[in-house]
Amino acid sequence: MGLGRGYRARPLEWVAEKTVFLVSLTAILMVFLIFLFVTREAMPILLGRMNSAAVQETIPVEKMESLAPEQLQAYLGLSRQEFAAKDKETLKLLMEIKVEAAAEAPDDKDARVNTTEWRYLLGPYQWTGYPKPDYIWQPISAIHKYNIVPLVLGSLKATVVALLFAVPLALGAAIFVSQLCPAWLKEWVKPAIELLAGVPSVVLGFFALIVMATVLQRVFGYESRLNAFVAGIALGLASLPVIFSIAEDALTSVPRSYTEAALALGSSRWQAAWQIVLPAAIPGVFAAVVLGFGRAIGETMVVLMASGNASIMSASLFDSTRTITATIAAELAEAVFGGHHYRILFLLGAVLFVVTFLSNLIADLVIHRLKARLEGRR
Amino acid sequence: MNAANSAPARGFHRQRWDPGSFCFTGLTGLATLLILLILAVILGNVVFHGWSGLSLRFVTGGTQADMFDVDKAGVWPMIFGTAARVILMTLFVIPVGVITAIYLHEYAYGQSLLTRFIRGAVNNLAGVPSIVFGLFGLGFFISFVGGSLDTVFHRDNPEPIWGKPAILWASLTLSVMTLPVVIVATEEALRAIGPGLREASLALGATKLQTIARIVLPNALPGILTGGILAVSRAAGEVAPILFTGAAYFMADLPGSLTDQFMDLGYHIFVLSTQSPNVEKTRPILYATVLVLLLLTFALNLVAILIRARMRRSRRATH
Repeated sequence: MGLGRGYRARPLEWVAEKTVFLVSLTAILMVFLIFLFVTREAMPILLGRMNSAAVQETIPVEKMESLAPEQLQAYLGLSRQEFAAKDKETLKLLMEIKVEAAAEAPDDKDARVNTTEWRYLLGPYQWTGYPKPDYIWQPISAIHKYNIVPLVLGSLKATVVALLFAVPLALGAAIFVSQLCPAWLKEWVKPAIELLAGVPSVVLGFFALIVMATVLQRVFGYESRLNAFVAGIALGLASLPVIFSIAEDALTSVPRSYTEAALALGSSRWQAAWQIVLPAAIPGVFAAVVLGFGRAIGETMVVLMASGNASIMSASLFDSTRTITATIAAELAEAVFGGHHYRILFLLGAVLFVVTFLSNLIADLVIHRLKARLEGRR
Repeated sequence: MNAANSAPARGFHRQRWDPGSFCFTGLTGLATLLILLILAVILGNVVFHGWSGLSLRFVTGGTQADMFDVDKAGVWPMIFGTAARVILMTLFVIPVGVITAIYLHEYAYGQSLLTRFIRGAVNNLAGVPSIVFGLFGLGFFISFVGGSLDTVFHRDNPEPIWGKPAILWASLTLSVMTLPVVIVATEEALRAIGPGLREASLALGATKLQTIARIVLPNALPGILTGGILAVSRAAGEVAPILFTGAAYFMADLPGSLTDQFMDLGYHIFVLSTQSPNVEKTRPILYATVLVLLLLTFALNLVAILIRARMRRSRRATH
């Protein structure tokens, strides 16, 4: 790798080069590890090995001796440390409690349903006590309902509102700043918009919750104060800087000769920008929107504070809604470590990771090809 | 007079103005104005309502017992927690980020598959949702690394020592999250140095390592500093990754060791906004805390921008 015949004469150089190379593999390693460890926690659900039915097979107390310690620990649902800390009397008591609980369990046809099967995660089901088959996300109840469709719908609603709000504004500003405004103005406006990128998302969520929700409710007159609309606008503010910088970057990397040729032929700056520069930079603009989408769908604090957090299936934008990210953030603290709720939340995280990974990949490829084309490499 | 020495591409007034162009230019200008207006409203609102709550007592005192009490509340533990986790993060992220950037810029072959993989991985890291980083911190750092440390060193102890939320794991999670920022800023700095200096050094007989260590790195230091400050400012405002990796909203003391949990400004804002016992009463505290966080983030960003501007000016002076 570049040292030629000097390897033996310069061992320190060789060591330094190899070390630098190994350290820089950290980035790839981290992406791989993130995917690995988030999916690892979700694996039992993916493989269908978990059983979350309210009523499960109980082992009578007399059989306690015949169980191996690991089996007893798994049956009682204890961690290694907790199991080691308890003596035999306590373990016997726990087993008796389990048998009693099974006797009192909901006398419900749904009690024996393993709700972590894919059929219940994705499809509608007629639960007892509900008028019709529905998609229900209700992990904290006697019968755990883990349908993820309301959450996915919530995320998509908020993201669509965010993009509808942010894309026109960001693209308009990008065209203005890169093509139409005088140079002295550009020097002030660009950093000012990038200042918006420096506002932490928790502050945007706070602003949406305390100020925007009230104002928007007064203006539009809908019922629930916190809903997908409010959260979507705040999300749009969060993803605006991303869309703006990438689009502006793409528009600026179009060679000046294009614009100058158009101007020489008698067009106005707007005509040059709209008819010549923008079409040339379309892949970059597309990538900007895709990255804005990724940012909006992955944003947590804004939706946690401003969307109302009610997991209902509704097509209306003005209903309280719950997104994937808010669900993970709100419920992970209460989920039993290693239990089915915990693993479903990790499954949601894995899905989120894959979605944003793919959108990033697409955006990267598109920008790469755009730059190559503009620089004459294609 | 030709295109090379005329004024920068046609001033605003010299171009052809037809009604369509006028309208659309106006529209896009309006879009820009709207964005700046929204930003001004947010900042103005926070400053207006938060300014009265700011005081020396507010930033230097405060115990968790008085958290919801307007007259006695203070955010010092939160400032300390935020600062501690962010400083710890820089210890991890700056070495790894700088070395990766050095590899990408100095050693790697531009278009080889591996280089593109590394760059792709860096870009992807930049786009991973922050809550997924929180899950990663929980699943990898706390469960796997912390759990393994516990199994090896504290097998007999029923309570997890390393395998629970702690400031160490929160900092490591944040360092993975801000790695792309440092790498990009360092690469920009390395690129700005230009090949002349390097070639002169090599021509005088220095080895590549010596060139990098003694010539390139010192010259790139302002850029590296900028990257570090940008990473710090980004990490200071993030709440989602630390939700389950170490943030707590009631801590009796300041974090004393790496395995302690910590209080945090952003998390405090979240708790005050959504779980306050009396929303009206605690509003001044909430606004003041937001103002503190914003001042912190903006001050850091400003410092980074100033360093960058000075770098560009001195670059122009020497070339």
